[in-house]
Order: sequence, then C-alpha cells, then structure tokens
Amino acid sequence: MSRRFPRWTVALPVALVLGLAGCGSAAPAGSAAATPAGGAERAKEVTVFAAASLTGAFTALGQHFEAAHPGTSVKFNFGSSATLAQQIAQGAPADVFAAASPATMKTVTDASLASSPTTFVRNKLQIAVPSDNPAKVDELKDLADPKVKVALCAEQVPCGAAAVKALGAAGLKVKPVTLEQDVKATLTKVELGEVDAALVYRTDVIASAGKVQGIAFPEADKAINDYPIAALAKAPAGELAQQFVGLVLSPQGRDVLTKAGFEAP
Amino acid sequence: MGAATEHHRTAPARPPWVLLVPALAGLAFLVLPLAGLLVRAPWSTLPARLAEPYVLEALRLSLVTATIATAMSLLLGVPLAWLLARTDFPGRRLVRALVTVPLVLPPVVGGVALLLVLGRRGLVGQWLESAFGITLPFTTAGVVVAEAFVAMPFLVISVEGALRAADRRYEEAAATLGASRWTVFRRVTLPMVMPGVVAGAVLCWARALGEFGATITFAGNFPGTTRTMPLAVYLALETEPEAAIVLSLVLLAVSVVILASLRDRWVSAP
Amino acid sequence: MTLHARLVVTRPAFTLDLDLDVAAGEVVALLGPNGAGKTTALRALAGLVPLSEGEIVLDGHPMHTLAPEQRPIGMVFQDYLLFPHLSALDNVAFGPRCQGASKAEARRTAAALLERVGLADRAAARPRQLSGGQAQRVALARALAVRPDLLLLDEPLAALDAHTRLGVRSELRRHLADFGGATVLVTHDPLDAMVLADRLVVIEDGAIVQQGAPAEVARHPRTDYVARLVGLNLYRGLADGPRVKVGELLISTSERLEGAAFVAFPPAAVALYRSRPDGSPRNLWEARIDGIERHGDNVRVHLEGPVTAFADITPAALAELDLAPGQTIWASVKATETHAYPA
Repeated sequence: MSRRFPRWTVALPVALVLGLAGCGSAAPAGSAAATPAGGAERAKEVTVFAAASLTGAFTALGQHFEAAHPGTSVKFNFGSSATLAQQIAQGAPADVFAAASPATMKTVTDASLASSPTTFVRNKLQIAVPSDNPAKVDELKDLADPKVKVALCAEQVPCGAAAVKALGAAGLKVKPVTLEQDVKATLTKVELGEVDAALVYRTDVIASAGKVQGIAFPEADKAINDYPIAALAKAPAGELAQQFVGLVLSPQGRDVLTKAGFEAP
Repeated sequence: MGAATEHHRTAPARPPWVLLVPALAGLAFLVLPLAGLLVRAPWSTLPARLAEPYVLEALRLSLVTATIATAMSLLLGVPLAWLLARTDFPGRRLVRALVTVPLVLPPVVGGVALLLVLGRRGLVGQWLESAFGITLPFTTAGVVVAEAFVAMPFLVISVEGALRAADRRYEEAAATLGASRWTVFRRVTLPMVMPGVVAGAVLCWARALGEFGATITFAGNFPGTTRTMPLAVYLALETEPEAAIVLSLVLLAVSVVILASLRDRWVSAP
Repeated sequence: MTLHARLVVTRPAFTLDLDLDVAAGEVVALLGPNGAGKTTALRALAGLVPLSEGEIVLDGHPMHTLAPEQRPIGMVFQDYLLFPHLSALDNVAFGPRCQGASKAEARRTAAALLERVGLADRAAARPRQLSGGQAQRVALARALAVRPDLLLLDEPLAALDAHTRLGVRSELRRHLADFGGATVLVTHDPLDAMVLADRLVVIEDGAIVQQGAPAEVARHPRTDYVARLVGLNLYRGLADGPRVKVGELLISTSERLEGAAFVAFPPAAVALYRSRPDGSPRNLWEARIDGIERHGDNVRVHLEGPVTAFADITPAALAELDLAPGQTIWASVKATETHAYPA
C-alpha cells in the first residue's frame, strides 16, 4: 500500500530550499532592498539603520549627504532599535547604526560588529495629551489618578524603560491601560483620544505637528535617553559610512536634530 | 491475472513528477522554518521559562479570547453566510466583497479602523460609553472584538462555500414535510453543511489565536487583560529572542494538538 | 379531498398550461416525454415552483396561496432525498415533528409507518445504509407520515433496478390503494403508469394531449408518443365507411367510420414478403427497410414508404427472408387486425 518514491524526490526540494537559505546568508532578508550588487556601485550607497524616532531628522540629513556627495545615495531602515540590532547581528549589510539606547547598541558592539559608538543626541520624555486635554493633565502626578487612562511603552523598548525610570524617580505608581510595543503606537493612542495621557519623547510630540500637546516635567531629566551612533566594522560602504557619521556629529547635523526636538549630549 | 490486478491497483496511484516535486518543495518551504525554531529553541532552560507565570497567563488569555471570538463569529457569521448564499438582494456581490475586506486589510489598519468606530471617541464607541458605560479598547472584550474582526471572514467564506455546494433539494423536501424556513435551516441545512462550518470555525480559531496587529492596535497590550501570546512573543523578541521562540513553540504545540484532534473527530467525517 | 387545479407556469422557452382534477382516492399518473413539464406540474402543486397563473383548490380550499410547508401535501422525490444525517426513523418522524407532535409521539407514528412498509428492523439505519428499494419505502413512509390530503410522487421507481422495481411497484400499488387522499404521480414509464394509476394524463410540450383510464389510453392512442409507449402503429386519416385514407394508402378496417379518424395496429400484425404476394390481400404496400433491431424476443423492422411503420417478426423469419436495411419489400396487415376510432 505504501508508495515509494526515489530518494532524490525528497532530497531535491530540500536542497532547493536549503540552497535558497544559503543565498540568504550572503544577502540576508530584512534589508534585501539595500543590498548592492557590484563593488563599484557599493561605494556609492550608504545603508543606515536608525531608530524610528530619528525618521524625520535623518531623512533630512540623508538629503544633505547626497547633495554633498554627488552620485551617492543614502538608504534608511527605520525601526525599533532592538529589532535593528538583531538584524545587524544576523548579518544585515548595514553601514551605520543609530540606536535609541546604549543597551541596544551594546548588542552590536558585544558582537564586535562596531566599536566606540558616540552619543550624538539625547531625548527627553514629555507627557503627551490629546489637544483638548480631556483629563486636565498638567503634571506627572496626575498620571497616577486611576481615572486618567495612561498609555506607556512596554518596558522592553527604550521609551518604556525611560518611563519606568522617570516614574520611579518621582516615586509615583501609575497603572497604565496598555503597554505599547513602540513609541509611535503609544502616540497614536493619544492622537485618537483613546487614552488621556502617555509618556513619549519630546521629539515625537514635535513630529506630531499639533495633534497632541506636550507637557514637560522635571523628572524627565532623570530618564534621559542617550542615542549612540557608530559606523559598522564590516560596512560595505567603507569610508562613506564614517563620513555619514561625521555629518550627523557636525554642527549642521546637530542643527537639524535640535530642530526635531533632540538635545545635545 | 494476479499481475494484472496488481498493475491496476498501483498504476493510478503514482503521482506525476510535475506535481510531486513542487508539492514536496512546498512542504519543505512550510515546514523548514518550524525546524528552524526547533533547532534554535533553548531546550536546557525550556522548563524554567515555561514555568514563568506570564507564559501561562498569556496562553490562557489567548485560548479564551480565540475561543470566544470563534463563538461570536459562528453566531454572526453563519447567518451572514446563509444570507449571502441563499438570498438575492441588490448589492449582494458588493456585500460579499466587503465581507472579505478584513482578509486583505493589514491587521494594524483594521485595528485603527476599529478604534475609529468602537474607540472612546469612535462613532459607536462614544455612544456605547455614554449610554452603557462600556469601553472596548484596552479590555479583554476588545481583544475578542479585534480577533473576531480579522478571523470571521474565514468562517463566512468557508460556510458560504459549503452552503452553495449543498443540495438545496433536501431543503425543498423538508418544506414539503411542513418545516418552516427556520426549522429547515436548523434541522436540515446546518447538519448538512456541518463539515464546512467546523472547517471554517477551525480556520477562524487558528487565525484568532495568531492575531497580532489588530489586537495590539485596538486592544492595546497589558499583561493579564490584553497581552495574548502573539503580543508576548513580539515584545519578547525586542529583548529576549530565545523567550520569543519558547512562547511561539507553546502556541504552536497547543494549536497543533487542538486542530489535529478536531480534524479527526469532525473534518474527516464523510 | 378532491383536487382541482389549473396550472400555468410560463418560462422563457416553455409554457405549462394544464387543468387537472383528481378525486379522493384516485391515482392520476402524469405521463410524458422528458421536458414535457410533468415534474414542473408536480412541483407547482407542491408550491416549489410558483404559478404564473391559475389556481390549486383542494376540497374547496385554495392552496396556491400557501407556502410549501403550509400545504397539506406529502411528496416522494425522484432520488428520495432522505436526510443523510438522520436515521430512517427520524426521517419519517421529521414531518410529524414539524406539525407539532412531541418527539415521542412523532417517533411512534414513524415506527408504525415503517412497520407498515415492512422496514421496522431498519429504523436505526442511516439512508446510505439502505438499499434502493428500502430507501424508496422510507421516502413513501416519510411522505405519508404528515397525513397529507394530496400525495405527490416524482418518478417514484425510476432510481430502482429492474428486478427491485417489480416488487416495489406492486407494493407501492397496495399502499396507494390504501391512501384515502388524491394522488398525483409523475412517470415516463408506461408500465408504472398502467399498474399504479387509475387514470393517465399524457402531457406533451406543457399541455395535456390525452387522458383516460389506462386500458382506454392503451387501446386508443392519440399521439405518436402514446402510440410508441403502448406499442402500436398509429395513423391519422380520413374515414369513408370501412376504409381510412392515410396519405396515399387506403387502409381497410373492421369498423365503419366517417370523417377524421385514427387507425392503429400492432407491429406483430404486419406481415412481410420479399415479392408481391399472390391473391393480393388488402392493405398491401411496398416499403423500404430503414433499420432492423432486436425487440424483446423478436426483431423489429422499421419500414419507410407510403406510411412509416414497425413490423415485428421472429428471428427465424428474419433469416428466412434474408432482410437487410435498404431493401424493398412488401408489407401487409389484415383488416381484422386494425382498429379505427374517431380522431
């Protein structure tokens, strides 16, 4: 009753899939679009993995860089710092990594994929409330009121760790209704009025262009996030990677980042 | 004579290479990532990780919400499928297309859409809160709503297909025996399309169990109330990929066991 | 429980239009070729096909305005349509349950009916475990269980093999005789119709072409379809005393008629000759053989000529005459073997 197939019928598809996987390790997924083919062309392209909160500022800097280096293009992969760090650790062909926390950068430096990162900006938390501020929040301790619905980032992501630190410094116990997976999702809940308040970065409040209102609070100074940047050791773009990091650290770079709400370290 | 019978028995059973090779490649494609998870699983620390209370909490929440979402889909989806399959009304094609919207909509967008309607400031949500004091976002009920929104189309499509394939003359026979339309549906139509309903419910349940995007967007993410397994997996991935693998394996094992046992009992019945 | 119906169903390429009266206890068979509209008529009586026009009145009460489930009918479908997920007993109990009987009561009724059709021991069986004949009997029991005033049977024996059919047919006849209401059955098999029905209604192209008692219809067919069913050669002509003129041929008959008339004779009454027979009997014509086929124990020869006719001869006669298609031969029928009646 049992059917018999020659052994190669099983071996072939397995080999096929394994073969694809083999190609994959040379050009891993997740950044396939950023993979250049030839060596000459490779020097003309810089691939930057950057924390999602840097989206606006870095996109502007990318244009400056391309203007200053004709024929060069800058490609970005914005996302959660932790995810980006893992992609780099799994061999994604990135040239520059700009993380939202030293901890995520450490994943990369520990794997000897980058050395001596530089802190280039700092980001501070603010209380974000819907533009009409329905719960009349105006300082951090208002968040401890059980009638106020609060969204925080999950502790596993940098903005969540910062929130825990700030609330701890203020000696407050806040029971959030949700722990969002990233700062943008947290901000969305405020924009839609689903929560009365959230702790997000000052830069996110500025990027939201008036859809939410930001309230600064003194305890934010206890939970400042340092953003480190590093050119990666195996950067396919080589020298250009260093040049991009140079631009970010330059006065021009600082100017763009400050406008986006970041502070100088 | 014997040889002839033998030949007759085996010859039609041999599948052509053209089908066999891609079929096996497809199988490998689907199964190898699973093998990847198994290979990379931290087997030595597995028992300790599984014993952590948050794992059980998330698993229980996932099973409960997926099951309630499936029940809700059955309650609303089977009548909807019947309406689509058995009645003719203007715009039926359009309605059918709309039913499948959650299938193509990125779940995160579905979550935002749910917020816009059922959220605190949403069209219906506003009224729900002022009239009944009910808010769905950030509640376990919200998880059920998000899961049902994404998973119900699987049930509707499956049941509608079964209804269309069913022989309607049995319903006529029931009518000549004095059965009202409701009795016909309950005692003849439903039992006859039961395999389709079960298959649809199984698909629906599996989809609800794995739901991530709409849930995290609409219901948020809080341990014990809204953090289902997929959300726990995603968060674990941020800091502890090994924990994420463990959680995924748990989800996988539970669903495989449940689906396999259901399949034997229901779906393979003739 | 008398039925009076005028059924009009209009479809793009087809119109059904017939009057039907069935007395209490009477069994009427709707007989006709495929596509004649017999099943449509039956479904219209059941309410499964809407009437374009007309009425259905049962015992003075209009029924055509009611939904199928409200009509006092029982129906046996061509392939029985027993609910596959229910046992034989529950299939039969289905109707009484719908009529409001308790579960126990419905099952008692069902068990009694299964007993009556001789299937008490198969009560627990699922439809797919039943033989064709058993399924037919369960379907009949199911239809009778609702105690209908009007019983409708759609090709009740068509799904059975020849052997089973014989037994089921005579049994069905017995049950129909016991049934006090009006019965309408649809069939394309003349034998079923003759055995089961008190009256035949022959339908062609959506209209009644002939009706009457089975023996009457069998003796006096009025269309080619009916003539073929009952196995007669049939011609329409003009009678003038003992002769009927059919086309060019003058057929002598035993009856004397005037005006439009039918002449019928059985194929076995036709004698064939290789050459013109001596003594020139009456009703002799020259014909060409169009085809030869087996017909029961005999051989049927298709004849073309002044009239189209079938002739049944023995295989021995076929060999002796050495007949083959295309040959020209002589055919004759004795006047005493013909039968003429007014058209």
